[in-house]
Amino acid sequence: MTTQNAVALPTAPPTLPQRAMQVALRLFVQLGVLPFMLALAVLVFGSLSDPFLSTQNLMNLLRQSVYLILVSMGQMLVLVTGGFDLSVGTTMALTSVISALVMQTLGSSLPDMAGLVIVLGCTAGLIAGLTVGLLNGLGIAWAGVSPFIVTMGVQSIGFGAALYLTGGVPVNGLPPAFSDLFGFGNVLGLPLPVLVTALCVAAIYLLMNRLPTGTYLLAVGGNAKAAALSGIATRKVLLMAYIFCAVLASISGLLLTARVETGEANLGGTVALESIAACVIAGVSLRGGIGRVPNVVMGAIFINLVQNGMNLTNVGSYLQMVVLGLLLIIAVVADQFRQRMILPSPT
Amino acid sequence: MNDFHLLHTEGLSRFYPGVRALDSVDFDLAAGEVHVLFGENGAGKSTLISLLAGANTPSAGQIHVRGAPLQFTNVQDARQEGISAVFQEFSLIPTLSVAQNLCLGEEPVQHGLLDKVALLQRAQRSLDELGFEIDASALVATLSRAQQQMVEIAKGLRGQVSVLILDEPTASLTERETTKLFALIRRLKTQGVGIVYISHRMQEINQIADRVTVLRDGKKVCTVKAADTSHDQLISLMSGRTIEKIYPHIEYRPGELVLDIQQVSTPSGVHNASITVRRGEVVGLAGLVGCGKSELLRAAYGLDAVSSGKVFLKGQDHTRTNPTKSLKAGYFYLPPDRKSEGLVLGFCSAANITLSALSGPLRGLSGWLRKKDAQSMASAAGEQVELSHRNLGKTVGLLSGGNQQKALFAKGLTRAMDLYVFDEPTVGVDVGTRSALYKVIKQLCESGAAVVLISSDLPEILHLAHRAYVMYGGEVMGELQGPEITEGGLLNLFFDAKETLA
Ligand SMILES: Nc1ncnc2c1ncn2[C@@H]1O[C@H](COP(=O)(O)OP(=O)(O)OP(=O)(O)O)[C@@H](O)[C@H]1O
Ligand SMILES: [Mg+2]
Repeated sequence: MTTQNAVALPTAPPTLPQRAMQVALRLFVQLGVLPFMLALAVLVFGSLSDPFLSTQNLMNLLRQSVYLILVSMGQMLVLVTGGFDLSVGTTMALTSVISALVMQTLGSSLPDMAGLVIVLGCTAGLIAGLTVGLLNGLGIAWAGVSPFIVTMGVQSIGFGAALYLTGGVPVNGLPPAFSDLFGFGNVLGLPLPVLVTALCVAAIYLLMNRLPTGTYLLAVGGNAKAAALSGIATRKVLLMAYIFCAVLASISGLLLTARVETGEANLGGTVALESIAACVIAGVSLRGGIGRVPNVVMGAIFINLVQNGMNLTNVGSYLQMVVLGLLLIIAVVADQFRQRMILPSPT
Repeated sequence: MNDFHLLHTEGLSRFYPGVRALDSVDFDLAAGEVHVLFGENGAGKSTLISLLAGANTPSAGQIHVRGAPLQFTNVQDARQEGISAVFQEFSLIPTLSVAQNLCLGEEPVQHGLLDKVALLQRAQRSLDELGFEIDASALVATLSRAQQQMVEIAKGLRGQVSVLILDEPTASLTERETTKLFALIRRLKTQGVGIVYISHRMQEINQIADRVTVLRDGKKVCTVKAADTSHDQLISLMSGRTIEKIYPHIEYRPGELVLDIQQVSTPSGVHNASITVRRGEVVGLAGLVGCGKSELLRAAYGLDAVSSGKVFLKGQDHTRTNPTKSLKAGYFYLPPDRKSEGLVLGFCSAANITLSALSGPLRGLSGWLRKKDAQSMASAAGEQVELSHRNLGKTVGLLSGGNQQKALFAKGLTRAMDLYVFDEPTVGVDVGTRSALYKVIKQLCESGAAVVLISSDLPEILHLAHRAYVMYGGEVMGELQGPEITEGGLLNLFFDAKETLA
């Protein structure tokens, strides 16, 4: 009846390879497929390319990963409620364009007050992100439209607006301090983007594991009707999930803007798919109700790691897409097996 | 109102397009009483309590709590007034743990953070106090339906409760848990809690009811004192007709061996169980919750794995199988949990009924569906289980619980089978319909099919089974035949020797 039964050990004295298999199997049941894929990827790329395992490349990898980590974190929040957000890319673009436009305009009229300009620019960008989240949340939680339609519509609106505002050309002339700080700055020996991301991850971890809200998010995704009968304000919970998701994407957008030193409407073009892939590889259920923060961080790093490794080993970008798609499918299939091992009766 | 009422309603109504689910009902509940709601499937019982519990809002009428008119917009409002409900349809989140479910919405918090230790302790304590043997850290998805029901009851009892509403709480419990629940109800009564209780089991009315309110087609027929009213009177009030006999007599003509299970063990907790089933007999399978009675036949059907032993179906080895193969070989299994395993809730009843026939008799020569045949097949099967015609076209998810169960039962009647395994077939079905379902079982058995009846409802086994096995802790404890099948005989085998001594 218990979960242990499914992986009960045979009584005959096991040989060494058998023992290793059993340990691996138990780890697989507990942690999922991601640790194995991660280990395999490190092994493969580490042996194919010498610089891959250098401290510098690993730091680089971490720095590249933060943008996807942030977005995936938000994506996880909506996935566990049983929805998803296709507009995260747009949120990044809109944030980028609006913050850049504000900084550009203010920067030329207030050249001496870079600090104020940056604060106002970032605020404007975050407000743009917040608006996107609010639109998504209201459409889904109050109007009851499916997340697919709402977030796809909003993604189109946002992208159009970003292009319209910029006329399709990148916004230049940002205060140099903005990029120096949020793009390339170091605090306590760590790149600032990494630090900001770490703070966000810690906050979301607390939210999911140590606040009642985390349980509510999972409950709404697990069984919305039951959650409502338990006295949970399901609409508010949904609204919150989409707002948090958009704000995280927005923070990611700001950091990326600082990194590329321009405001761009094309920022985050593939991030919606990548973030959903990162979550799925990390074992977040597309049907809602299941998701863990550390796994999602690992999932996002994994995707960047594979891309980074393939770049170092000169795999072309077309082939990279093929590989990523394959990995995604393998991960989901493996997760299905795992589910079956955890719940003894497949129903 | 001259005497003191915890709760009363005036002209309470709830309308849906085309249905008066509840039609101008006056109901009252006194402190310290058990007030039973009785009525056919779809009579409006669940609708009434959903209004009382704030899960639904009335179309007309008024609810008064302790004399004051109140309006509930959600379950939380009602809880604030001390009204707590255990609904017929489960309100547990399968992906969360038992403890998380029990404390949902009222998590213990320390310094603004979730106190996980306190969460687990509190949940385990509330389960232990009720005498329910369930691990609070277990995932709800891994619990059986009966265990989920117990968690559901524990959830209903958290906090300060002055009105407790129980909608068919014993539908999937066995004697032992039911006894515990009734002891609990009596304890609550002495504390002045008012209890609204819905059940289709007549014997329970004798055991705990003070008053009974009978509903029919959404309207209140009358409220009577339980002590002054006989079963026959209640049934005729409920259905407007008299049912002479609920349990039919089934001829016993055992024929060739159909199912032969030999020393089967399963990962789901069955040890070395052997049973046989012949044509023309009804074999009962009784036992406590989690004793393996359901698991054994699920494994034989191919829903769970068999780790050792053999299963023979009509003389053929049928040990490693799956549901598709089993159906082809003439083995039908009716699952106990209509929501999670039995029905596609978004489909109408007719589509559900014909679902498993789509690959067989309903497939035309060129592979097209035979729509006409499907329709007549659905209405024929529906008629047998007394599912009314207007319910055939309705979305199953919107039907009352008992009518859903009828649709589920009808699924088994679209193809002729050699072996029918009914796992808790009458959960939540009203007395009138139950007798119709029993007649179907009689027909199937007398026309030469083999029938296995897995049931937690003891009278069902007593009256219908020609032979009965009792299981305990995954093992078959004994077999009773014909006149040996008595309440005492069965119950003796329910608990193992150690427990009887203790
Ligand atoms: N959301 C809904 N939409 C349409 N009809 C509904 C809805 N909910 C309930 N009904 C109808 O209201 C009627 C009363 O249903 P209710 O669930 O109260 O019956 P019940 O007395 O609890 O029956 P049972 O004993 O089978 O549980 C049924 O005919 C049902 O189909
Ligand atoms: Mg009901």
